[in-house]
Amino acid sequence: MVNPFTKAELERYSRHLIIPEFNLEGQRKLKEAKVLVIGSGGLGSPMLMYLAAAGVGHIGIVDFDVIEDHNLQRQVLFDIDQVGASKAQSAKERILGLNPHIDVTVHETRITSENALELIEQYDVVADGTDNFPTRYLVNDACVLAGKTNVYASIYRFEGQCSVFNHLRPDGSRGPNYRDLFPSPPPPGLVPSCSEGGVIGVLPGILGSLQALEVIKVISGVGDVLDGRLFLFDAATFGTRTLKVRPNAKNPLTGEHPTQTELIDYEMFCGLGGAPKEERPVKEISPAALDAIGKQGEAPVLIDVREPYEFAIAEMGGVLMPVDSVPERLTEIPKDRPVVIHCRSGVRSARVIRMLEDQHGYDNLLNLKGGILGWQEDVDPSLARY
Amino acid sequence: MNAIIIPTPLRKFTGGAGRFESPAESVQDLLSDLVKSHEGLRPHLFDNGGDLRSFIRVYVGDEDIHELEGTATRLSAGTEVSIIPAIAGGIA
Repeated sequence: MVNPFTKAELERYSRHLIIPEFNLEGQRKLKEAKVLVIGSGGLGSPMLMYLAAAGVGHIGIVDFDVIEDHNLQRQVLFDIDQVGASKAQSAKERILGLNPHIDVTVHETRITSENALELIEQYDVVADGTDNFPTRYLVNDACVLAGKTNVYASIYRFEGQCSVFNHLRPDGSRGPNYRDLFPSPPPPGLVPSCSEGGVIGVLPGILGSLQALEVIKVISGVGDVLDGRLFLFDAATFGTRTLKVRPNAKNPLTGEHPTQTELIDYEMFCGLGGAPKEERPVKEISPAALDAIGKQGEAPVLIDVREPYEFAIAEMGGVLMPVDSVPERLTEIPKDRPVVIHCRSGVRSARVIRMLEDQHGYDNLLNLKGGILGWQEDVDPSLARY
Repeated sequence: MNAIIIPTPLRKFTGGAGRFESPAESVQDLLSDLVKSHEGLRPHLFDNGGDLRSFIRVYVGDEDIHELEGTATRLSAGTEVSIIPAIAGGIA
């Protein structure tokens, strides 16, 4: 066996080289491997650090985003003085600082149905650290069509999942993929965006590290990868489960009667594309107009329909009345003078106004345009944005 | 008693509870007991015809009920049933 390593590399990787089943051969496979990490955020941060530290020879980073303050709660690749800078470029600098013996390629672009195959075909293994359903299905389908293993992890609040999809088995067949597990995405409304997202910062650290581990196992062939298995971790209860993932006969890519041979429109597939659902507009008031009325001493009744944990971050003097409690608190909402209702960005408050108009005969309600975020932008910059 | 584990995205319909217990002896009965106790869950688990929605995976132990007898799968005492959610990321 030819030794492709310099003395500095041999010394750096010595703790791998002295694991009997890993040894120089495992390290050589890492050095020759090309891994595409999609997303350099919460999951991508630990993944990129560990893959670079471990000596994966060629790492590609796909990310179109810039670093923001609220990323730093979990995206440990980045420093406060990099806020505003490109994530992919900053990630490259960071991991080359960690290991100069590797190559890093930056793809500062959003992965789409148009570029996914071309991107993925340049690599041996893909690691999906993205954060939305359309991209999850896109990455899965592109990996299946291009014949690449997809190392997957996903997180939500306290809950994490990890698996290895479309894994090449010794007999030449491929293991199950994301569509075997989840044939279709949940409807967009199930996880409303602004009030109910969130993730505990350490969780992507744990799941992204597990993903890095599986990438290294896939490349080196050491150990049993999470092929055909889904690992679940509940950080709140410390519950762990490992479930079986079986091929689904109806899988449109790999089932008994495949119908899909190319990438599709994933926004549409996930119910996010097409014409937006027609909802009756509600009367609005701009933050500046509300501010002006207030200064004239004629402040209307202000009702804040967000949740208490949002109120605790920033509030603008409204009566806190979380959406679900509104029907029980109608006596607090007058009908004889103007009432302004607000939430974070204006979507939930518009829904509440429609409900009050349709079911309870109100006609004096105004939606604060842009919600408290609009107020922060136009009137009170001292408030925290979230 | 048998228990079903409620995934995070559905806990807003169970008052935050992550676990539901019932003496039900089949998956169907356990899910029925669950949605009777938490009506808000029903439209998220079942379609109008009463079938499980396609994006909901239900496991008994480590096995998908599709590999067993579907919702007719019998439960022996102390079995753990899981609803497995599709989750996409922190932004959701």
